[in-house]
Amino acid sequence: MLPSLVKRQQPSTLMVYLSPVIALILSMVAGVILFLIMKVSPFGGLHAFFIEPLSTKYGIAELGVKATPLVLIGVALSLGFKAGVWNIGAEGQLTIGGLCGGAMALYFYEQQGFHIIPLILATGIVSGMAYASIVAFLRVKFNANEILTSLMLSYVAVLFLNLMVHGPLKDPDGFNFPESRMFSDSALLPILLEGTRLHIGALLALTVVAIGWIVMSKTLLGYQIKAAGSAPAASEHAGFRRSKVIWITLLIGGGIAGLAGAIEVSGPIGQLQPSISPGYGFTAIIVAYVGRLHPVGAMLAGILLALTYLGGETAQIQLNLPVAVTGVFQALLLFFLLACDVLIHYRIQFTEQAVRVENT
Amino acid sequence: MEMIGPALLTIITAATPLLFAALGEMVTEKSGVLNLGVEGMMIMGAILGFVAVHFTDSVTVALLVSILAGSAMAALFGLLVLKFHASQVPTGLALTIFGIGLSALIGQSMVGIAYDGLPKLSLPVLSSLPFIGDVFFRHDILVYLSLIMVFVIYYFLNKTRAGLILRAVGDSHDAAHAMGYPVVKIRFLAILFGGGMAGLGGAYLSLAYSPLWVEQMTAGRGWIALALVVFASWRPGRVLLGAYLFGGITILQLHAQALGIGVPSQVMSMLPYLATIIVLVIISSDPGKIRLNAPASLGRPFHPSR
Amino acid sequence: MTSSNNYLLDIQGMTKSFPGVLANDGVDLQIKPGEVHALLGENGAGKSTLVKMIYGILKPDHGTIRIKGTPVTIDDPAKARELGIAMVFQHFSLFESLNVVENIALGIHADSDLKSLAKEVVELSERYGLPLDPNRHVYTLSVGERQRIEILRCLLQKPQLLVMDEPTSVLTPQEVQKLFMTLNRLAEEGLSILYISHKLDEIKALCHRATILRMGKKVATVTVSEQSTTSLANMMMGEAFTESSKTRNRQIGEVRLRVNDLNTQATDATGISLKDINIEVRAGEIVGIAGVAGNGQDELLKALNGEESNTDASSVLIEDRQAGKLGPNDRRRAGLASVPEKRLGHGAIPDMDLIDNAFMTGYQRMGLLIRGIINYRKTRSFAQQVINDYGVKTSSSTVSAESLSGGNLQKFIIGRELTQQPDILVVSQPTWGVDAGATQTIRQALRDLAEQGAAVLIISQDLDELMDITDRIGAICGGRVSSFYPTESVTIDQVGLLMAGVDLEAGAEHAS
Repeated sequence: MLPSLVKRQQPSTLMVYLSPVIALILSMVAGVILFLIMKVSPFGGLHAFFIEPLSTKYGIAELGVKATPLVLIGVALSLGFKAGVWNIGAEGQLTIGGLCGGAMALYFYEQQGFHIIPLILATGIVSGMAYASIVAFLRVKFNANEILTSLMLSYVAVLFLNLMVHGPLKDPDGFNFPESRMFSDSALLPILLEGTRLHIGALLALTVVAIGWIVMSKTLLGYQIKAAGSAPAASEHAGFRRSKVIWITLLIGGGIAGLAGAIEVSGPIGQLQPSISPGYGFTAIIVAYVGRLHPVGAMLAGILLALTYLGGETAQIQLNLPVAVTGVFQALLLFFLLACDVLIHYRIQFTEQAVRVENT
Repeated sequence: MEMIGPALLTIITAATPLLFAALGEMVTEKSGVLNLGVEGMMIMGAILGFVAVHFTDSVTVALLVSILAGSAMAALFGLLVLKFHASQVPTGLALTIFGIGLSALIGQSMVGIAYDGLPKLSLPVLSSLPFIGDVFFRHDILVYLSLIMVFVIYYFLNKTRAGLILRAVGDSHDAAHAMGYPVVKIRFLAILFGGGMAGLGGAYLSLAYSPLWVEQMTAGRGWIALALVVFASWRPGRVLLGAYLFGGITILQLHAQALGIGVPSQVMSMLPYLATIIVLVIISSDPGKIRLNAPASLGRPFHPSR
Repeated sequence: MTSSNNYLLDIQGMTKSFPGVLANDGVDLQIKPGEVHALLGENGAGKSTLVKMIYGILKPDHGTIRIKGTPVTIDDPAKARELGIAMVFQHFSLFESLNVVENIALGIHADSDLKSLAKEVVELSERYGLPLDPNRHVYTLSVGERQRIEILRCLLQKPQLLVMDEPTSVLTPQEVQKLFMTLNRLAEEGLSILYISHKLDEIKALCHRATILRMGKKVATVTVSEQSTTSLANMMMGEAFTESSKTRNRQIGEVRLRVNDLNTQATDATGISLKDINIEVRAGEIVGIAGVAGNGQDELLKALNGEESNTDASSVLIEDRQAGKLGPNDRRRAGLASVPEKRLGHGAIPDMDLIDNAFMTGYQRMGLLIRGIINYRKTRSFAQQVINDYGVKTSSSTVSAESLSGGNLQKFIIGRELTQQPDILVVSQPTWGVDAGATQTIRQALRDLAEQGAAVLIISQDLDELMDITDRIGAICGGRVSSFYPTESVTIDQVGLLMAGVDLEAGAEHAS
């Protein structure tokens, strides 16, 4: 009896939803093996990763804090990936959004007004869009591969932020540390839950999920995005220009990543630092896939991956595990998901030796 | 004159890891597979090569381990893409994320340990030539190997039947399948080769270029290697040219301050990335040219019909 | 039954099923040495399945294959070649970026050096009248030349049996004549040929015996010279075969679509540039453009439907309105609908369901969109209407487009466009690879559309089809479109000349 893959006549809807669950279970099994190799009690490891962080009100609020950028960017990237536009430079767009949003916050240093926060967030969106528009322009005008350009621009963005906090935006009273001043209270996002860091950015993320869902399921734009991704020629036949889809999805991706950056600096961080993201822009790629390129899925996946960040921190403190475990776990989750997805289009069949021609 | 010698040396050392990774990826792409996990394979080659040399003190073992590390990563990619029909782009991304995470995990206890660097092999007679001898004939084995590989791959692709079959599979997997060529097996081998080469490129970074282990030390070189393949229009000779061009940009970065140019270091560090973008733009703006040179099946999934 | 030793190939009881289909049901087939044997059947009758089993691409569920009396198992194409079976596919297995010799070298599985192979190719090609330059890259070659590579590749293996799958569907009538001369010569030299086709006149002209398949079963094996075209057709179709009525009672009206000196630039080296194209199609008229694949058909369709808009607004006139610069949606609103050749991935989105596919081109004229929001209730009923009106066989409108058979999907796509009541329809290859029933439905629908006063332009490689349903006919060759002639005034051979880019003499009567 050998297992073999047989193509299904219709893709399995059940497997579309079941695959991430199976992938999660397999990742946990792999996690247990990883813990055993690292000589950590698997139970203690899993507890530290998945239970411990959620045992306090503060922990749950932190989950929201970490999930906010992941969900935001995850939703935005879902749209792009659905259209076959591979913007993998969200990290750079987030960085630029955070930098420009942060610069706006510093501009209003020690000033008051309710216009300040909306201005910071709007600056984040616009600057993220502007940064992503470089990618769109090069793709549409010169046919330059967006995977490579967006990624190269991520490195450039991080270096640029580094340059700025070492230079013009450096705190004048900061003993030459490469950091900006702490933002004034008027430039910090309001806290939702007293005694925690959970801020109104989380609500923005939920709003983006809802809008994303409506756009993808009900509107012409969503239809165009889906069509462009699954059959580019048919999409052109229907009259949707490829260049338009590239522009729109990159602007959405850049804008929302920029918003996430502005939210990060004016929320949990509160100043500009050489590093304002532990790789949210890259992890959001995993979020988008684990979320089935669906906005609601991205929300659930964003929360799950936020948990791995928190779990990684807890495991570091309690079990002295390196933070890198988080990245390994996240990548394993994506690997298992990609492998399980084969079951959407194929089913496993246990057959005896392949049927031979009878030689009689 | 006294600047030129060290400058040329820097070009060569900066170009070698790119050359390995880009040559390997080129062979993989020639078979019709786009593996975006070069960065992940490189960094695994870097850390495991470093670990191996630390524990065995043997360069040979270290290089073999690097090759195996890159190939093992590539095998994971190949399994997902060829057997599980996973889409190539996200699988390659996952490989990169995985490699960066796993290498950091493995390398945790390696941070701060120094290594002398690969021994230099002085070619007899040639290395005693004034100036030229120092610059061109006193390198470690990997530099020579990378240059030899350019010729080996050129010869393989253009002069051997196996190379012809590899190109055919990359041009049309359906036609190759119809003729009875084992498309999946050929692609798997090409992916493994690409992984092994990326592993060597990584090993060069941790054993010769730096030589020490730093988290994320590949710093985007895997991605630059991917761009180099496009720049080179999938030709080995042009990969060599491209890699040395990028090596040249790196010396600008390292020597600019020495020359007293008042540009911040961050701006100089941006140069390779910006250069990659510019090179991509120049080479891609003629879509017809790309289409003629790029393997026609590149990145397309292969589902043998029934 | 005669001793199977007389036969080169003797196949008994071949059976092959796929999920939901019994593609071959106990099929027998015997081929004598030196015989040109036809395998005749409609699209979907099971010809391809049988041939794929003979060539080792598919494994039969049951059945035996004997070669010269010895039972054999054919596991893969390599084994088939070893046994002396060579095959020329309908879709060529060629590598575009490689040159002719490299392509041939890949096909013969012997490690010979390319230089001596090139010499051999030239010799063989001269001997059998198949001229070919061994150093040209395949992407620069015409379809006919590509077919020659395939044939030469087969001949170099010195086979005993040559299988040819619908070889003439890509050739001009003149090229068909040349191919037949080559095949006859090969048969005289003792090669057996299994010739797969559904074109009766070709089989009458070329083949000695014919085995007829219908719905996966063998109907009969007959000697071709003892049969009439009609008797062959009856066996193939399984019902009294009636010539379609040619009576036309259509009113030809004013010009609805006019193309004026249309020029386009190919986007890359493998594309075709369109040159000085002039076409006019009137209300109530069906105009046909014949041509061998790869002569600019795709480019022409895209230039007409707006997927590739032009810089010259007056190059395309829809109802006298300048439309050259308009995109597909504007042209659709102006009344021009189109059906591309490639169904999955161009005419329809494979992984979307029929409702979403109905929306794809129908959302403007059917009013399926309200302020950017899709009206799914209305879209569903539109999809259902198309399914009902055009007899699309499907369990529901929520199945994906790719799960439909070729014929059903084409009925759906054409139905989707016709339900929108276009004034102009441009359709490419309307019945390519479609089974007999669906072909009839589609041709009738096109006739009805013209009868209602629409202008219909058909771009097709199927000459029989064009001769059957068009009022005027022309041809496209190398991106140029010939003059048009009333269909009843030209012969198939004359259209063949047009397809080869030859100007018919000035004496030929021009269309009004």
